[in-house]
Amino acid sequence: MAKTKRRSVLKLAGGTALGGMAGILATGRMPAFAQQRTVHWLKWVDFVPATDQMFRRELMPEAEKALGVKMNLETVNGNDLQPRITAAIQSGAGPDIIMAFNSFTHLYANSVVNVAAIAEEVGKREGGTFKYAQAICSDGKGMYMGMPWAVIGGMIAYRKSWFDDVGVTKFPETWQEYREAGKKLKAKGRPLGQTLGHTFGDAPGFSYPYLWSWGGKEVEADGKTVVLNSKETVESVKFMTGFWKDAHDEGGLAWDDTNNNRAFLSQTISATLNGASIYIESLRRPDQYKTEKGEFLNKDILHAPLPKGPAGQFGFHLLQSNMIMKYSRNQDAAKEFLKWLHQEANYRKFFESQKGFATPCTAKWENDPLWNVDPVMTPYKVAARLGQAIGNAGPPNAKAQEVLSKYIITDMYAKAVQGMPAEDAVKWADAELKKVYGT
Amino acid sequence: MAVTAVSGVANRPIPRLRRLEDERWLALTLLAPTAILLGLFIAYPFFEGVLLSLTNTRVGIEGGFVGLKNFEKVWNDSIFRTAVWNTFWYTGVTTVFKLALGLWLAILLNRHFRGKALVRAFILLPFIIPTVLSTFAWKWMFDPTFSVINWTLFQLGFITKRINWLGDPDLAMASIIVVNIWRGVPFFAISLLAGLQTISPELQEAAAIDGARPWQRFWYVTWPLLLPVTMVVVLFSVIQTFADFQLVYVMTGGGPANATHLFATYAYQIGIGTGLLSEGAAISLAMFPFLFLIVVVQLLYIRRVETR
Repeated sequence: MAKTKRRSVLKLAGGTALGGMAGILATGRMPAFAQQRTVHWLKWVDFVPATDQMFRRELMPEAEKALGVKMNLETVNGNDLQPRITAAIQSGAGPDIIMAFNSFTHLYANSVVNVAAIAEEVGKREGGTFKYAQAICSDGKGMYMGMPWAVIGGMIAYRKSWFDDVGVTKFPETWQEYREAGKKLKAKGRPLGQTLGHTFGDAPGFSYPYLWSWGGKEVEADGKTVVLNSKETVESVKFMTGFWKDAHDEGGLAWDDTNNNRAFLSQTISATLNGASIYIESLRRPDQYKTEKGEFLNKDILHAPLPKGPAGQFGFHLLQSNMIMKYSRNQDAAKEFLKWLHQEANYRKFFESQKGFATPCTAKWENDPLWNVDPVMTPYKVAARLGQAIGNAGPPNAKAQEVLSKYIITDMYAKAVQGMPAEDAVKWADAELKKVYGT
Repeated sequence: MAVTAVSGVANRPIPRLRRLEDERWLALTLLAPTAILLGLFIAYPFFEGVLLSLTNTRVGIEGGFVGLKNFEKVWNDSIFRTAVWNTFWYTGVTTVFKLALGLWLAILLNRHFRGKALVRAFILLPFIIPTVLSTFAWKWMFDPTFSVINWTLFQLGFITKRINWLGDPDLAMASIIVVNIWRGVPFFAISLLAGLQTISPELQEAAAIDGARPWQRFWYVTWPLLLPVTMVVVLFSVIQTFADFQLVYVMTGGGPANATHLFATYAYQIGIGTGLLSEGAAISLAMFPFLFLIVVVQLLYIRRVETR
């Protein structure tokens, strides 16, 4: 009698019915009928609440229908994304797609799947992906760690009537002009507001472009040689200390990303660097926010980019992308979802719900009629084009991200504003950078 | 059937149970659950942490052994040194104030007055409210623009300009110290009150009859008897304050310009914010020798007091 081994029975079963025990063991995947085709997407709580509502009510059910998957959308506070990513990667389980801010893509490059195919296809279809998004989302060697999603532009929101009052009818183009305007405004009890605290958005969103506009840079293009301690940087710090005293609300050293919104909406400051959230909030509740003359505050708000310095005009905005995680068992479904999400009709729903708060990362959208709907939002349309990544003039890699998350550039200005001589503050920051870059 | 089985056991105990009649085995058995819990949730993570700090692991990248390199890097890090100094200052100042105020409160609460139970319950409130929640309330009170403290001082005519509570390095430190004291005093007060109640009133009466004044009664009777409890309470408080995280994280995030970073907040910033898990582990482990020393000194002292 021929002996029948247990293993051969399993093999037989696996051969006859695809997805049998041996099949499962060999591929490490559950058979199709039992496989959970769920895509879990973790993103930030949008500053525009209408967008998250739209996702839940429209786009997610539509995606489920179109792709035959179950969608699980989870939203958390922007500051909580990193702990979640760290925990997920270290434990090898968690959401299939996670939203990344700025250089998270480089920080977690080893734990994500290459999405170059989707990114390149969308870029080609939509007139090209902006350099800023490419630098942050790809390593320049064919690997896309994140699928570029949108840029949350940072512009100065300012009170038109208050600037008019001090004789400034056109928004200042240079730092010098801005300082003079701010001086007059502060004298009237309406200072400029800017955070130099430890907060993820508005603090580096100001300090980095400010540094670059004076000609200061963190490293050379090789991404190794630290050159922060330069004449240009020292000049920028010196100017900042006077600028701060002359024109700023001195409480800004302790502000987080929400303080300036509250200060602006309660009319204690005349201008502040911000995503469009102040303006959008004033539109949402017009009756609550009125000027001292009893008019709607939203009619008195305009936006302008950060002024020019001797070396030009720059912006550093929050760039969001979506990473597909390597531990995910639903990588194919996740890719399909991202592809579907970036189809024009679907992405448009997101874009329009944002009303200009988010700027897409491809050229095509810059000419969209949406930008003409509300002229106050028009300046934001170039955010993705003008943005520059951290780690200038090198790549925005993990080292650059370390400098950012230690707030070294922001603290350099904060220390000087608090009384440290400019040269010493720059020397301190330069030494910290050298430790990070290991030179 | 069942009856015979039971009677069988009663007549002839099986050897495994007899072993428990030996006290050493019984002790081991009773200790086992605690030992397992401690091992699983305290010792294991601790050793994992130690191992982690000796590698160059980053998030998602398994690292190799690098010896003490992380500690060396951390030691030369100016922000770390600031954090060390801050932690000592923060712990020292808050502990002194918490002890003084807690003791004062405990002595007051130890007297008889109407509504005693209610007041005692209310005193505990700061300790009961989740720290993050109460700290947010404090953050609002110290808000650079809308501070209710500033508003009050201004209305009373004490100040003409806003005080920049969380924006000035020294004031920011003072602010977090105030909040920590506010949160910690109830713990001291209630624990010391429990200690006070164990002191027999007869001792006080005897001292009073002998002509001791209130201050002398406190210094020669109450304080020596309260000392062991005090030492334990201080020990707990020092450990907790030294490793404090949520209060600073919510109030200042370690700013302005690192003026309020403590061990834990800086370790979080490096480990989670920057993804340098091993370096973050090294920073939190750097706390260990300091804490260990404090604990040893205090435990020795407690033993001396108890055996005296």
